[in-house]
Amino acid sequence: MPVNSASDTLTALVAGLLDGRIRVVDLTQTLAPEFPQIVLPPEMGQCLPFRIEEVSRYDERGPGWYWNNFSCGEHTGSHFDAPIHWISGRDLPNNAVDTIPVERLIGPACVIDCSKESTADPDYLMTKADVLRWEAEHGRIPPRAWVLMRTDWSKRTDPVEYQNFDETGQHTPGPDAEVARFLVEERDLLGFGTEAIGTDAGQGFHQRPPYPCHYYMHGAGRYGLQCLTNLDLLPPTGAVVIAPPLKIRQGSGSPLRVLALVPGG
Amino acid sequence: MVEPLLRPKRKNPVLATRVPTLPPGGRSRAALGLTAAAAEGRFALQVCTDCQAVQYPPREACHRCLSVKLKWRTQDGAGVLLAQTTLHHSNDLFFRERLPWRLGMVRLDAGPTVVAHLHGDVDGAASRVRIGARLDRAGQAVLIALPDTETPNMSDDVQLREMTCDPKFRKVLVSDAKTAVGQAVVRALVAAGADIVWAGHAEPWKKLPGFDGLVALPQVTPVPLDLTDSRSVTELAGEIGGKVDIVVNTAEYHRAAGIGHRVGIETARSEMDVNYFGLLRLAQAFGPALRARAADGPTGACAWVNLLSIFALANFPAHGTFSASKAAALSLAQCLRAEMRPAGVRVVNVFPGPIDDEWTQLLPPPKLLPETLARAVVGALKDGVEDVYPGDVAQEWLERWRDNPKALEREIGS
Repeated sequence: MPVNSASDTLTALVAGLLDGRIRVVDLTQTLAPEFPQIVLPPEMGQCLPFRIEEVSRYDERGPGWYWNNFSCGEHTGSHFDAPIHWISGRDLPNNAVDTIPVERLIGPACVIDCSKESTADPDYLMTKADVLRWEAEHGRIPPRAWVLMRTDWSKRTDPVEYQNFDETGQHTPGPDAEVARFLVEERDLLGFGTEAIGTDAGQGFHQRPPYPCHYYMHGAGRYGLQCLTNLDLLPPTGAVVIAPPLKIRQGSGSPLRVLALVPGG
Repeated sequence: MVEPLLRPKRKNPVLATRVPTLPPGGRSRAALGLTAAAAEGRFALQVCTDCQAVQYPPREACHRCLSVKLKWRTQDGAGVLLAQTTLHHSNDLFFRERLPWRLGMVRLDAGPTVVAHLHGDVDGAASRVRIGARLDRAGQAVLIALPDTETPNMSDDVQLREMTCDPKFRKVLVSDAKTAVGQAVVRALVAAGADIVWAGHAEPWKKLPGFDGLVALPQVTPVPLDLTDSRSVTELAGEIGGKVDIVVNTAEYHRAAGIGHRVGIETARSEMDVNYFGLLRLAQAFGPALRARAADGPTGACAWVNLLSIFALANFPAHGTFSASKAAALSLAQCLRAEMRPAGVRVVNVFPGPIDDEWTQLLPPPKLLPETLARAVVGALKDGVEDVYPGDVAQEWLERWRDNPKALEREIGS
């Protein structure tokens, strides 16, 4: 590689951003109190939802400035799951948000469109066959890529529709156990991303193993992204996802801004 | 005969809303004993331990034998009306706005002769009456002569209504109407004739049985309200704050744990966030409009109800963090009471024992049914009571706590 090649690449990247040949797509939901939070049985510990309190707004509390205090759990809004989040990943090296190698926080994205299936069936489980069909059209998933499951679930702006609970629990799409394992073991993915509240399906607790995506991804040191939006604006291949979580010591995850660079025009 | 209260006409928006005024509120420390009993719905007078003379007005020493051993004793209030008069003029701002006003002198069967307001169904001199102690808009005890037996529309009397907070034709916000208690309170308010009940509900994606049926009632309107979210509270206050006449804060977060039974503070924090900070958020958002509308016609803003717990008085270690959050809420409710008093808005604190819900599953009966608690809330509003201890457990704890708070601490902590 010529000495100045990387420098040329970065220069070209910046120029592309400037002239629109590279577009930036925001994959992030806005952090707001109304955005739903993951629901656990009420006797268990709960992840705090996003809350915000005004400190001052050019008033007697602070005459020249406006600012807020906010609070939330690590798994609030569009957020990152680190391997340490799950018991299967608890002993891995560099498994928390502060120790994940930073070069892992930028990677290519393969977007698998399951929107039709998820519209027809809120409990839709993406399968290995879906991935193989996608690969037949777009080529093999490269190593260390984000695999993003597009469901258009983020278009459900009503929190009740988004959460989609009935008396048997939540009904949202996600991957099945076989494809989660396949993506880790045979495609060496970087992580798995979804639009619903978790990387696993709403009924994921009833799969074998329970919550298979969490179990296999984090057990193998891979990451999760959930509550993403705008996946319909990404090409099946060719986008680059930038997803650095907050550097929380021994953090299991964090809300974050997820950006995608996509070829423009 | 007192005429039934009719639905008031809509307010003429051209006319200014009157500013609340209060009846004279000064009392001696001795006279506050009358207020303390009236706050619980009792009429009590001092009785001399040495000569048994019943005292009125409250005083430091017995009017007959000068003994200072005077004990407050609940009275049945039976008596006879000696004389009556109707005021057509007053220099007091409060009464000036409410003339004509009937007053009378009643000789109690227990001995003393008292000055009392007269209920409209009390006939002329020599009729048998029952003296009741009520809190007036200043929050002080006054005496009212009621007819000896129940009469139709008794609670609709204009003078009595100055001492009560009847939900009839009023508009009520129930902060959490999703729980069994919240649903029962909404139904009881509807049954009591409330005009509108706004049924607050947080986290709309969590369905609880019965709520859909509740909001199908024509008087009930569901409103999103999450007391942990300041924006949600201020938004709702912005939408309906100018119409709410009564706030009933039923929102509660309850988990059963002491200090050592649950690692960490997150559950305790959630209890504080709903039970204490939730009340603070609600009071900051809804308090000002409530105060401003306290003289807004015959069904103006009048009351604020807090669902506390008998565990607010003394910590129940098995539910230790919950008890602490309710103690904090009680302290804040006292602050709220002081801040609402200048407008004459009553703050009612309800101290139930264990409520029969999932968080008291392992506590032995008796446990309070949500319907019983709801009846107590509405009853307190109708009777003008300020402190309510519904159910046997609450009554027993209260008695033991009053008798010896240290002894109660040791009894429940072992």
